[in-house]
Amino acid sequence: MKISRRSFIKMSGAAAAGIGLSQLGFDLSPIESYAAELRIKNAKETTHVCCYCSVGCGQISHVSDGKLINFEGDPDHPINEGALCAKGAASYQIAVNENRLKKVRYRAPYSAKWKEVSWEWALDKIARNIKKSRDASFMEKNAEGKVVNRTNDIASVGSAALDNEECWLYSKFLRSLGLIYIEHQARI
Amino acid sequence: MTNHYIDFRNADVILNMGSNVCENHPVSYKWIKAAQDRGAIFIHVDPRFTRTSTKADVYVRLRSGTDIAFLGGMIKYILDNNLYDEFYVKNYTNASFIVNPKYGFDDGLFSGYDQNKRTYDTSTWALEKDESGIPKRDMTLQDPRCVFQLLKKHYSRYTLEKVSQITGTPAKDLEKVYKVYGSTGAPGKAGTELYAMGWTQHTVGVQNIRAMSIIQMLLGNMGIAGGGVNALRGESNVQGSTDQALLYHIIPGYLPAPRAQWATLADYNKTTPSSKNPRSVNWWKNRPKYIASLLKAYYGDNATKENDFGYAWLPKLDPTQDASWLNLFDEMYKGVFSGFLSWGMNPACSGANANKVRQALAKLDWMVNVNVFDSETGSFWQGPGMNPKKIKTEVFQLPCAAFMEKEGSISNSGRWMQWRYKAIDPPGEAKPDGDIIYELFKEIRALYEKEKGIFPDPILNLKWDYETDGHFDVHKVAKEINGYFLEDIVEHPVDKKAYKKGTLVPSFVYLLDDGRTSSGNWIYAASYTEAGNMAARRKKADPTGLGLYPEWGWAWPVNRRIIYNRASVDLEGNPRDPKRPLLKWDMEAKKWLGDVPDGPAPPMGTNGVYPFIMKPDGVASVFGPGLKDGPFPEHYEPLECPVERNLMSSQRINPAIKIYAGDLDKFATCDPKYPLVCSTYRVTEHWQTGVLTRWLPWLIEAEPQMFCEMSYELAELKGIKNGEPVVVETQRGSVEAVAIVTRRLKPFQIADQTVHQIGIPWHFGWRWPESKNFSRGGDSANLLTPTVGDPNTMIPESKAFMANVRKVGRKARR
Repeated sequence: MKISRRSFIKMSGAAAAGIGLSQLGFDLSPIESYAAELRIKNAKETTHVCCYCSVGCGQISHVSDGKLINFEGDPDHPINEGALCAKGAASYQIAVNENRLKKVRYRAPYSAKWKEVSWEWALDKIARNIKKSRDASFMEKNAEGKVVNRTNDIASVGSAALDNEECWLYSKFLRSLGLIYIEHQARI
Repeated sequence: MTNHYIDFRNADVILNMGSNVCENHPVSYKWIKAAQDRGAIFIHVDPRFTRTSTKADVYVRLRSGTDIAFLGGMIKYILDNNLYDEFYVKNYTNASFIVNPKYGFDDGLFSGYDQNKRTYDTSTWALEKDESGIPKRDMTLQDPRCVFQLLKKHYSRYTLEKVSQITGTPAKDLEKVYKVYGSTGAPGKAGTELYAMGWTQHTVGVQNIRAMSIIQMLLGNMGIAGGGVNALRGESNVQGSTDQALLYHIIPGYLPAPRAQWATLADYNKTTPSSKNPRSVNWWKNRPKYIASLLKAYYGDNATKENDFGYAWLPKLDPTQDASWLNLFDEMYKGVFSGFLSWGMNPACSGANANKVRQALAKLDWMVNVNVFDSETGSFWQGPGMNPKKIKTEVFQLPCAAFMEKEGSISNSGRWMQWRYKAIDPPGEAKPDGDIIYELFKEIRALYEKEKGIFPDPILNLKWDYETDGHFDVHKVAKEINGYFLEDIVEHPVDKKAYKKGTLVPSFVYLLDDGRTSSGNWIYAASYTEAGNMAARRKKADPTGLGLYPEWGWAWPVNRRIIYNRASVDLEGNPRDPKRPLLKWDMEAKKWLGDVPDGPAPPMGTNGVYPFIMKPDGVASVFGPGLKDGPFPEHYEPLECPVERNLMSSQRINPAIKIYAGDLDKFATCDPKYPLVCSTYRVTEHWQTGVLTRWLPWLIEAEPQMFCEMSYELAELKGIKNGEPVVVETQRGSVEAVAIVTRRLKPFQIADQTVHQIGIPWHFGWRWPESKNFSRGGDSANLLTPTVGDPNTMIPESKAFMANVRKVGRKARR
């Protein structure tokens, strides 16, 4: 009898109601599944879609006490049916990773090191830089006298790593500033 | 993709050419395997024997950069052996159309070439029209000027012998692939093609894909279950980011970016595709509705009929300006920009000719870098060869949330938009990108309100109200992208029904050009409606049995799972493949059953509408006059190549490519210092430049460092042993790598010369793992790649360039 982990979990619930575990035969995978179930018991389950290639595999995570404790393929997902590749299966380590950037950092001109700064300070200074570059370069008409309302002084690349809503917002943001040099991963 | 991942299982023959599907899109092999289990044949064509090749029923090698020769030979084989689907070719493609008498092709050049400008005047490539403006046709396909006959003539030169001399593929191998793939032209057979950067990253990238599209049209494989031309895109949301227009040449929904010659909205709308043929739906005729609705989503109440809905506020490109990646970094290298935003990207490793990119970053006044981990871009100023004391660029590094730390949707290659949820908070002070963009714009707007500034109108008039309780609310943006009715509509012109102001539009069919509707991206209209967030659906009903899963997530456009699906039926609307019925016209109910059809019109019959509704002529383009480098694909050698002459013509390289001439734009062809064809690629355990994989201990342990694959024959020539440190170098740079001497690569016999090919992954960078010597991570393969792109897309040629490899310590031969 072939039993997936999920069906085992459902069955083991049924076992309490009198269905014998002997149905499971000698397959050890249910025991492993049972151990895994203990780990994620009472954890919050959330569904995701993998961030790497474009297949769009479903993933589920388990969070207990605000900590990510498990990450795996979503067995209910029609594309991957629970499977993940090496990268998708390693997604857990994106979240639980001591090397993540956790602070806003600033590197001053000609400096050899980073300095930690606050969001408020950085956003204010970036906004001022953008305004300065934009205002200094803003072109209302091109050489032929045609209205172009653009800045040739700021460029942007990014990003296919953003969600759709963020991409749309970023695209709107850049175009409101008058940027035309807008590119990203899709071009390379 | 025209189709989608699960649909691979419906194919009878699967051709994987231009990608390494098993290693780079591993889970999708599940559906190739499902097809193989049913008896399907899986073909892999690649310069290198990969894990995909081990799974293939047929594996065939070709030299990098010779795909058009290979595919041109297949076109000839299909025509010579009458393997094409005659009904499909006559009715659903422009094969019967008559071409302008001035069109010509001679010794590698199409008519209209200007050698000084390296461009074509494409006017002679036009289709001939009758008095009413409808293209002339010869349904017998006999007219010498009809597309079919011109196609035959063009590819008559692609003989097995010549193709074999160019590609290095033995003639019997060519024939084997041609025969197996050509078998899908039979009625009731489906063939699909899966490609990736192995086809796009060439100076003939678009024409590689065009050549395959022509094959699919000849075989009747477009618009059917188990068919299509399917791009396996490289990133989880690169489909979505393209749809949302993070590219210079488009605005959301593939509308052209405004240009200086279109001063007003009326001027812009004059470029709307038109067709005189009443049988052509020409869906793009609706474009004025989509731009008006987009402008309403951009500027809200400030967009009025009187002010052209704020069209003047959008930036305009110069008439023929190309602001794409290679040009962007060329300008940056010349010091044109003061500021740069590198958002979720690592151009210091991903950009072709990365040394030039890294030098360019040092010429900025300021740069903003947003990412999950540090990268070679964020820290470029402390990279190899850089002296921070001499670099003025101010750098802001903003930490962002990873995908499980925020909520939103992404679109896979099959156009499936899927919602994903937040599980945990981001670490430390990291924030979701959406929050950062949202807050940054508010800062900028506050400055313009307070301090004034140049032309503040687009900033002050922008609709920027996507928050709930003072925080960015992604659902508000998702709804904005879908679009709203902005006024009460008593009787909508489409269905005569009433719609309430403030409700979400049911689909783009309801969008209007008069300012009464908004939609941030028309192709996403119907994704978030009054019925809810469609991308979040998780129902697994499969009524067609074809694996379309119409209630799982949502697919653009309007949840159509296979586009061009009207080409899957006969003139009466009956499925041409009864085993895999994608659509069927229900005569009695007068409606389509199956997938969401390409438009609701009844079947084509003898007077109804043509199937390819997005094409102005209503049919698929065997002859494609819209490209910059020719209406038929033609073989040209890569910019850097191992042969003195192109065996097909006197034009060695694509005549329409731009040649960069800056001090760092160096190229080498037939240079004894760089005798090896080199190609970049990926491994399963890493992704892109490695920013999201190199920092993960499990993955870096599995694939710890840069390597170079080479054949036993080459290794012997160079005195290199497996596992030894080597240097790979080109005119532009060098990288250290570990030699992998393998039978996966073999020398090619190209006409009368032996050509060796090597391969390198492009996931590594100096920042991590730290590389004080080569035994650590190494650096980017893009330090080697040239600044040159496809003339249509400007995607760089990273898959075929000339290099040398030598043992570490052994001096370069100068």
